[in-house]
Amino acid sequence: MSQSIDTGKRRFLTAAASVVGGAGAAAVAVPFVSSMLPSAKAEAAGAPVEVDISKLETGQLLTVEWRGKPVWIFRRSPEVLANLETLNDSLRDPSSNVLSQQPEYCKNDTRAIRDELMVLVGICTHLGCSPTYRPELAPADLGAEWKGGFFCPCHGSRFDLAGRVFQGVPAPINLQVPPYHFQGDNLVVVGQDAEGVA
Amino acid sequence: MRSLVIAFFLTLFSAQAMAASAGVQLDHVDIDITDQASLQRGAQTFVNYCLSCHSASFMRYNRMAKDLGLTEDQVKQNLMFASDKIGEAMTVAMRAEDAEKWFGVTPPDLSVISRARGTDWLYTYLRTFYLDESRPMGTNNLAFKDVGMPHVLWEKQGYLSKDDHGHLSQAREGELSQHEYNQEVHDLVNFLAYIGEPSKLQRMALAKWVLLYLFIFFIVAYALKKEFWKDVH
Amino acid sequence: MSSFMNWLDARFPATKMWKEHLSEYYAPKNFNFWYFFGSLALLVLVLQIVTGIFLTMNYKPDAATAFASVEYIMRDVEWGWLIRYLHSTGASAFFVVVYLHMFRGLIYGSYKQPRELVWIFGMLIYLALMAEAFMGYLLPWGQMSYWGAQVIISLFGAIPVVGEQLALWIRGDFVVADATLNRFFAFHVIALPIVLLGLVVAHIIALHEVGSNNPDGVEIKKNKDANGKPVDGIPFHPYYTVKDIVGVVVFLFIFALVLFYAPEGGGWFLEKDNFVPADPLKTPEHIVPLWYFTPFYAILRAVPDKLMGVMAMGGAIVFLFLLPWLDRSPVKSIRYRGPLFKIALTLFIISFVALGYLGTQAATPGYTLAAQIFSVIYFAFFIFMPIYTKIDKDKPVPERVTFQ
Repeated sequence: MSQSIDTGKRRFLTAAASVVGGAGAAAVAVPFVSSMLPSAKAEAAGAPVEVDISKLETGQLLTVEWRGKPVWIFRRSPEVLANLETLNDSLRDPSSNVLSQQPEYCKNDTRAIRDELMVLVGICTHLGCSPTYRPELAPADLGAEWKGGFFCPCHGSRFDLAGRVFQGVPAPINLQVPPYHFQGDNLVVVGQDAEGVA
Repeated sequence: MRSLVIAFFLTLFSAQAMAASAGVQLDHVDIDITDQASLQRGAQTFVNYCLSCHSASFMRYNRMAKDLGLTEDQVKQNLMFASDKIGEAMTVAMRAEDAEKWFGVTPPDLSVISRARGTDWLYTYLRTFYLDESRPMGTNNLAFKDVGMPHVLWEKQGYLSKDDHGHLSQAREGELSQHEYNQEVHDLVNFLAYIGEPSKLQRMALAKWVLLYLFIFFIVAYALKKEFWKDVH
Repeated sequence: MSSFMNWLDARFPATKMWKEHLSEYYAPKNFNFWYFFGSLALLVLVLQIVTGIFLTMNYKPDAATAFASVEYIMRDVEWGWLIRYLHSTGASAFFVVVYLHMFRGLIYGSYKQPRELVWIFGMLIYLALMAEAFMGYLLPWGQMSYWGAQVIISLFGAIPVVGEQLALWIRGDFVVADATLNRFFAFHVIALPIVLLGLVVAHIIALHEVGSNNPDGVEIKKNKDANGKPVDGIPFHPYYTVKDIVGVVVFLFIFALVLFYAPEGGGWFLEKDNFVPADPLKTPEHIVPLWYFTPFYAILRAVPDKLMGVMAMGGAIVFLFLLPWLDRSPVKSIRYRGPLFKIALTLFIISFVALGYLGTQAATPGYTLAAQIFSVIYFAFFIFMPIYTKIDKDKPVPERVTFQ
């Protein structure tokens, strides 16, 4: 009346059903997980920003918004550029060895494509406040050694005018340089490399 | 009582007549949103004639580029006004208050018009404007009585007039023959169907794979069930 | 693994529950096609909750932006179109499955003693589900969403003395407005789902307490073997888990056919008018509730008086609750019932379907008369049940289930 149970067959079929079912479950998870990625609207809002720098004077700081973040664009004088090298010994990462903080075309002495035009993401790498622009030499609160840079009021982190972080402050790494390129002499496109990579 | 019963049966059989509401006979149009050439032509007509008054504010240019087989540059050159960005949606310059003043009603957004009205209705609508002096724009429409929209495509179709039997005939010639005009409207309606639901392309592509997987799963699951149920008598 | 289970079982009745409700829950071995729909209902409930959570991530419950947010989901959110269609198709699938599940209860007498409470919980689930679907349908804020809600809420205005105030309180405004949308969102997304989950748990606990019915209506607990196990019973796991998986796959196949090839359901699942944003100043020609409400809508319209119509519609549902006590036959399953019940049930089902169709059509004099006739048949099924079930010539019920 009752034949003996073919346990081998049962195990095989159970395994087969589990594999097929599991594959289906994994496939079904993909749309749900993917739906949490930035939508087309977020991508569009995060599109590159074009900035006209024809009227930008030396020493003047322009702030634009890109992907919800403040981006600083400013012109540096020859004196400022000459001073950069003298600060190297007091910096954590003078040669921009932390690769995540700038595109490879900005891994150089001035951290820029064109030496005089600097582009930086204005968010302190400590805990995310926006530092203040302190281009003046030797102010009372920053000391006689200060040759111009950025000072973060939240916890006292300091950066030079190439966005490089000083030693002995809470921030661990240099300010980020975003991808950018030039279109002609007067247009900076923030958020996109020259090859069109965003 | 008897008249009520007769009325009941008459109503049952007249259900068919009621189905075509307002009694408009709709012409059928074949839609194929995988026909990129047709969609491209329709997109051109849409941008040139419709986008000045109607927005399609849920349709993004960059997605349209991908689905129509165009590069972003081609879209920028041919289908976009200079100020728009490729990631933005097809919005319109006309303000709602102005539209209300000029046409009596705000021209509706056309993103999902094909799902709301149906493609056969749109195809009929765009081809049945006729001369009517009693209307402010000088034209009326068979599918949409007393519509506020003018006959935007008059250059292409020319003008039709309606006789006492409700029959339309060519009163003034346009640039296109009747056949050519029907083709152009077909492409435009095809495009409207596409912007109504761009994801339909993905939906139709995915369908057979899901069904195939379920069929395979069924075979395995059924074999498993049969094996265990050998125990049950 | 076994030491972990020991640790767990000393603190939580995990193995005890597994045995009680699955591996040693003895269900009748003669379950047929009609017995798939309970597990399918559970599947669709889980589907609706999961897809609902992901929709809520992107949907905006604001009258100004709701419609646009649904189109945003359909176009800009990765795979948003699939999640939306799963939810909208799932809503209709839920009612298909639930109606077939209830039909099983009717034909096999699953509502009869000792399962009256299972039936009551089930009816409460049905009510909660209708409220859930009604509130969910307002959320896309299309023309049909808006005007459907306007019509149904105004029904509450028919209640004498408190009606108008009640309608105002439900709406939170003088007409259906942003306030209404916000609160319906709260109800739809959290309040009613919690209620539904609680009721489903109660429904299953009540069932497991007395044991399942079966197509022959024979109580399997009456015939136990030497070990105290019902001779006509088999453990739910593995036999019914394995069988229900097949049912799930077949269901998913049909579901996928609809979702991928006809998500609008020919205008029945996603109505055409709902692709037009809500306009409080423009009433559509033809306001129709969703298909699963139409039988009751037909009954409502069949009665010429507004208040009496509302009461008739309510009564149509209240009578369903009373079924365990209206049915006087000692026989559970239709297989062994006399001709009177079979005829009465057939007429009832025909009326329900006919009323469903009539609810979708405009209320012409002919259709209204038809709706009145079918409403009478619908109520007669219940009102005369104590009589015809008592005098019916039932067939003898077997001792053991029939199984091949």
